[in-house]
Amino acid sequence: MTPTAEPPATGPSAFLPRSFRVAAVHRETAETRTLELQPVDGRPAPAFVPGQFTMVYVFGVGEVPMSITGDPARDDRLVHTVRVVGAVSRAIAGLRRGAEIGIRGPFGRGWPLTEALGRDLIIVAGGVGLAPLRPVIYHVRAHRAAFGRVSVLYGARTPDELLYRRELARWRRDGAIDLQVTVDRASAGWTGLVGVPTLRLRQLTIDPARTLALTCGPEVMMRYAVRELEHCGLDAAQVHLSMERNMQCAVGLCGHCQFGPDFLCRSGPVLRADRVLPRLAIREL
Amino acid sequence: MDTLEPLLAAHPFARHLSAAHLHVLVGCARNVRFDAGQFVFREGERADAFYLIRDGCIALEVATPTTTLTMMTLGAGEVLGWSWLFPPYRWKFDARAVEPTRAIALDAQCLRTKSETDHDLGYELLKQFALMVEQRLHATRLQLLNAYDANG
Amino acid sequence: MPAQFVLSRAAFVELLAALRAQGYRLMGPTVRDGAIVYDELSGVDDLPIGWTDEQDGGTYRLTRRDDAALFGYTVGPHSWKQVFHPPAVKLWRAVRDERGLRLEAEPLPAAKTALIGARACDLHAIAIQDTTFLHGPVVDRRYEAARRDTFVVAIQCGQAARTCFCASMGTGPRASAGFDLALTEVLDERGHRFVGEAGTPAGEAVLARLPHRPAAPEDLEAAAQRHDAALAQMGRRLDAGGVRELLQENLDHPRWDEVASRCLACGNCTMVCPTCFCTATSDRGDLAGREAERWQTWDSCFTMDFSYVHGGSVRRSTKSRYRQWLTHKLSTWFDQFGRSGCVGCGRCITWCPVGIDLTEEVRAIRETPSRPGPAAEPSHGHP
Repeated sequence: MTPTAEPPATGPSAFLPRSFRVAAVHRETAETRTLELQPVDGRPAPAFVPGQFTMVYVFGVGEVPMSITGDPARDDRLVHTVRVVGAVSRAIAGLRRGAEIGIRGPFGRGWPLTEALGRDLIIVAGGVGLAPLRPVIYHVRAHRAAFGRVSVLYGARTPDELLYRRELARWRRDGAIDLQVTVDRASAGWTGLVGVPTLRLRQLTIDPARTLALTCGPEVMMRYAVRELEHCGLDAAQVHLSMERNMQCAVGLCGHCQFGPDFLCRSGPVLRADRVLPRLAIREL
Repeated sequence: MDTLEPLLAAHPFARHLSAAHLHVLVGCARNVRFDAGQFVFREGERADAFYLIRDGCIALEVATPTTTLTMMTLGAGEVLGWSWLFPPYRWKFDARAVEPTRAIALDAQCLRTKSETDHDLGYELLKQFALMVEQRLHATRLQLLNAYDANG
Repeated sequence: MPAQFVLSRAAFVELLAALRAQGYRLMGPTVRDGAIVYDELSGVDDLPIGWTDEQDGGTYRLTRRDDAALFGYTVGPHSWKQVFHPPAVKLWRAVRDERGLRLEAEPLPAAKTALIGARACDLHAIAIQDTTFLHGPVVDRRYEAARRDTFVVAIQCGQAARTCFCASMGTGPRASAGFDLALTEVLDERGHRFVGEAGTPAGEAVLARLPHRPAAPEDLEAAAQRHDAALAQMGRRLDAGGVRELLQENLDHPRWDEVASRCLACGNCTMVCPTCFCTATSDRGDLAGREAERWQTWDSCFTMDFSYVHGGSVRRSTKSRYRQWLTHKLSTWFDQFGRSGCVGCGRCITWCPVGIDLTEEVRAIRETPSRPGPAAEPSHGHP
């Protein structure tokens, strides 16, 4: 039942995008949109492991890596959440229903869901870092009995910058997982939590021996999340994080995403924290 | 008082306290609860207690002429209030329950008196509060970083 | 050692003709713009006959030899990655019209290529790029197609440049594998000839159709003298022992600041390096918005853009970019590909405009490690 990816694409097919059509666009925040994409050829969308990414190509503009944020159990569409940070992401966010774009992938190593089976899960997400973790939440909720306690701590700068608000509200209501949403700066009308998500870790009831933690967000936040989790009794080897670097070929051949010995597009983007912590302490590595 | 000791012992704040010190704390403790919207204390009032939150949620707020800003929220297992430790013993913010909240209130005068006679107890309490201040300062720095906006 | 043979200079000319007759395009050294580069050869006359090179840190100069040797020089700014991993490659084109978006891969290269005059360091560099592009989880089919029909005529070095240090890296000066034929050029009183060996059945088959004779003891002795000369002339040395760990333990060494004060971050070292493989992906479109192309071009970790993520570049300082290059080449290459990424060809030393010498940088870090190992720990306190 653990999602498995298709074998890595090789040869020209790893380099040649496949055409997808925009089936729906959802406005998440002022700066982010979620796109549902369907293969133009009518065949199923590629299988993926939560945490994997694709390369999204906009005709005449360029290509960027984007984590997959849809439900791994669905093969009728590929879902991406894009935050406008540059020319390509702006073009993607501006796409309308019916537009055609190119997709390569999925690529990379995702979250360790097999290892997570039967264990307690702590998920710490910051900002758009929730996007690559949402497929994990879908999967866990669909196979709830296969996991122990599941806590999701999600933080954003302001309430307006929270992704998937309607879905979060529904998940909080039904109580299948413990979901805590917190913001750095509350605005009028916000009745939820205020503060950084990492600080909330100490309030969780944690059985370190049976817990696995997944975190994605700004690198600074992830570093502190690992430290806090260590304080809670976890070993860094029980924490997995998702890294972001420049990715161009997505198959470990162009060299851009090197982080010490790792090609993050290949041995990442999800890495075990104990492997990367010493490197995260080196500036400009 | 017999029922308070296990409640107190179950709170993370008491994790590092000896049985003897715990017993002293019980002598200064009382059970409290707040309804949603109820103020625990208000800015400028005498800081005559601190609170070990058992469940619920309390917001630290500051009111401006046009709006109310929430600095942070505190939940189960957290500690509310350190102004009782330092003269002039006045709260700097409003604390308001945002949902029904249960807590153990520890009387400030009682603890200050006992700490003056038992410096070991005072030292243990100060260690706990120093750690808490360090964590809050760290969290505040993270909030200031605006990390979600900054690059990766 | 397989039986050694001798080819006359005339027979070498026949070798080139035979390879051409078999459909190979001949790629080899030739003089252009004051340097010896690799390009397509139409015959022996395109070789740098009678030329040699003088190299040192930041220095490269061609001078005349007092003989008519065909291979009397070392390596120039080009390497064979020009042939197998070209500087610019079109990957695919996209057309957008009323029928939608269509993407078409570019056809794979189909040329048969004979390398004329590859050196020992070059052969190791080719093997290293093979590991990168052919033996990883994803195979680069374009590289694979370019490499498929390759015939290698290696030339054993009879001299070394002041920038050479292949002996330190265990990659030369003598080639022992990776060739179809390996030849040592000898010019002495017994004539201008090539003492050689075949490395593959393909090499033997080509040799069988050429006039040749078994090598006499005098021929072998003359060839051995050339090999010894190359070894003796080796101008640089790099103590490669433990350099992988040394660099990892010294990522914050003050030497990185020092070298950064000289480095121009021009990226020349990465362009001339025969194993550097990094590429940039870029998309080009026509003005009408109807057609677009995807190109893959050589890139350099010395550019600011190389590590760009939204919000800025990860490696903003020259220090961090030089450190990335050197630690990748000599250290993390082991993690990625099981060996060093350096073959000791010395190109990066020669073509650095300010003469930065990686052997010198490694030596400086080794001499004053910022984190002394247990052996260097001063003993203090109790006797």
